[in-house]
Amino acid sequence: MRQDKEYSVEGGLGLTVRRIIAYVVLILLTVLCLFWFYILFVNASRAHSDLARGFTLIPGKYLLKNWQGVVNGTQPIARGMLNSFIIAACASVLSVYFSTMTAYAIHVYDFKAKKAIFTFILAVMMIPTQVTALGFIKLVQGIKLENSFIPLIIPTIAAPATFYYMKQYMESTLPHAIVEAARIDGANEVRTFNTISLPMMKPAIAVQLIFTFVFNWNNYFTPALILHDDKKKTLPILIAQLRSADFLKFDMGQVYVTIAFSIFPVIIVYLCLSRFIVGGVALGSVKG
Amino acid sequence: MANTPKKGKSRVVRYNKWGYIFLIPFIVVYLIFQLVPLFTTIYNSFFENYLSGLKQIGPNFVGLANYKEIVTNGDLIKYTQNTLIMWVLGFVPQIFFSLLLGAWFSDARLRIRAAGFFKTVIYLPNLIMAASFAMLFFTLFADSGPINTTMINMGLISEPYKFLEHAAGSRGLVAFMNFLMWFGNTTILLMAGMLGIDGSLFEAAQVDGATSTQVFFRITLPLLRPILLYVMITSLIGGLQMFDVPQVLTNGKGNPVRMSMTLIMYLNNHLYSKNFGMAGALSVFLFIITGILSLIVYKFSVQDNVDEVKPKRNRNKN
Repeated sequence: MRQDKEYSVEGGLGLTVRRIIAYVVLILLTVLCLFWFYILFVNASRAHSDLARGFTLIPGKYLLKNWQGVVNGTQPIARGMLNSFIIAACASVLSVYFSTMTAYAIHVYDFKAKKAIFTFILAVMMIPTQVTALGFIKLVQGIKLENSFIPLIIPTIAAPATFYYMKQYMESTLPHAIVEAARIDGANEVRTFNTISLPMMKPAIAVQLIFTFVFNWNNYFTPALILHDDKKKTLPILIAQLRSADFLKFDMGQVYVTIAFSIFPVIIVYLCLSRFIVGGVALGSVKG
Repeated sequence: MANTPKKGKSRVVRYNKWGYIFLIPFIVVYLIFQLVPLFTTIYNSFFENYLSGLKQIGPNFVGLANYKEIVTNGDLIKYTQNTLIMWVLGFVPQIFFSLLLGAWFSDARLRIRAAGFFKTVIYLPNLIMAASFAMLFFTLFADSGPINTTMINMGLISEPYKFLEHAAGSRGLVAFMNFLMWFGNTTILLMAGMLGIDGSLFEAAQVDGATSTQVFFRITLPLLRPILLYVMITSLIGGLQMFDVPQVLTNGKGNPVRMSMTLIMYLNNHLYSKNFGMAGALSVFLFIITGILSLIVYKFSVQDNVDEVKPKRNRNKN
């Protein structure tokens, strides 16, 4: 290892001091980030009577009991998790597949409207969906798709942000020569896309699948406007209902378990794949 | 590249029609579910259309009356202020820590160990369900919740601090949650920008005897300006969409006395009470603001990408 001293510069803080400050701040921020989830985990495993006594750092033994209480309770939480999963899974697959296809169209082919369409998609990328929510509800009511998952799944096909990410990734990983080689080998265009180009995009597809899944799993605004039937409601809607109901009559252990089950699946998947995710965050935003 | 005469032109054209075919799903879905609703929204903003008790009023064409109403009744200004205050309260610490962490992570001399671990941890809160996170904070910071109980047990306060009954308390909680959820994301973006800066600049500064503080303010920060602008504007666009956290934390009421009510919560209320005229006018207002902000982002960061889309190199060598 090189010696630090030869690099340290007079006039500023010594390198060792700066390093200590950096680690202290990093550790404090780490604690600040993880504290809430640890407390959530601990509280989810404690009994209602126990929770009234405040914090503890030692988990209890009531996790399973609390979960059973939630499943047998009046709130359809288990059903909500299933609904959320169905919507998020379908939406992420469709969204990533078709947005990649769109990026591919812009990346590989030449046609007249190409630049106009590219410009348009990038220009609308930042416009939030909330500003069109009114028209969206009217449309959904008009085609009688309230209380259906379809208006929450199909519209994700047009995902400008995913498109942009894929386009950026293709610039660096998908040379035109590959597409040409596939053509010479006699593959048609659809096959070239599905069997040659898509596999080359695997890392980017994985990242976007996760982002889209998480976004839809967490989404609250739009589903709350579309789904009114208790059996169709997704997890965020049910959690917001927990808040609006008379809060004090609930078993707090069950409340914490419900929150935990909306958060921990995402954390576990994230921790398994974090290397790809953290590495992929910057790609979709600015040109490096 | 040389422009060779296009011998197999018809073949290329035949390929290129697939460009249009591959665009169909995206464009059709976009038109139906985004563009048409945008026009319906604008159209609705010119009509009086709401429920008065059980009686349906309208829809009657009223011109710009909804816009006039929304600007003059004071709510729009108040909720814009709330939203901006909570955004700033969250954004200032966010950009401060992100710059600090980004500089540390990208500093070759400092050689932070376990940087991967720290980045993983600080990005984590970004993926958490905002509704759940807000619910968690509500339970922890409730009047008889564990935070208050602990502070009383420790003798720091004598009676519970009712967070949601003070503007500083509820706005502070919302801003704090926003900070926690977004500073990791911002750190990663800024770090990518910092790593993109030419390393020889840092070396030159080092040779000249610059301290790390000087390097940061004289080299890193000025060169980072485009990315800082991008981060700030996208964060502002995100801030204007603030909804889940304050909605769940205050049960849609914006406690205390609508001091933490955001623009999207206001929109949500109009949508729920089926006051479509006012919801339309508010949406158009939000559309214009976010549209202007988007244009700035577009100008500064993505336009280069569009300009790169030139006719491709000769592909018809065969």
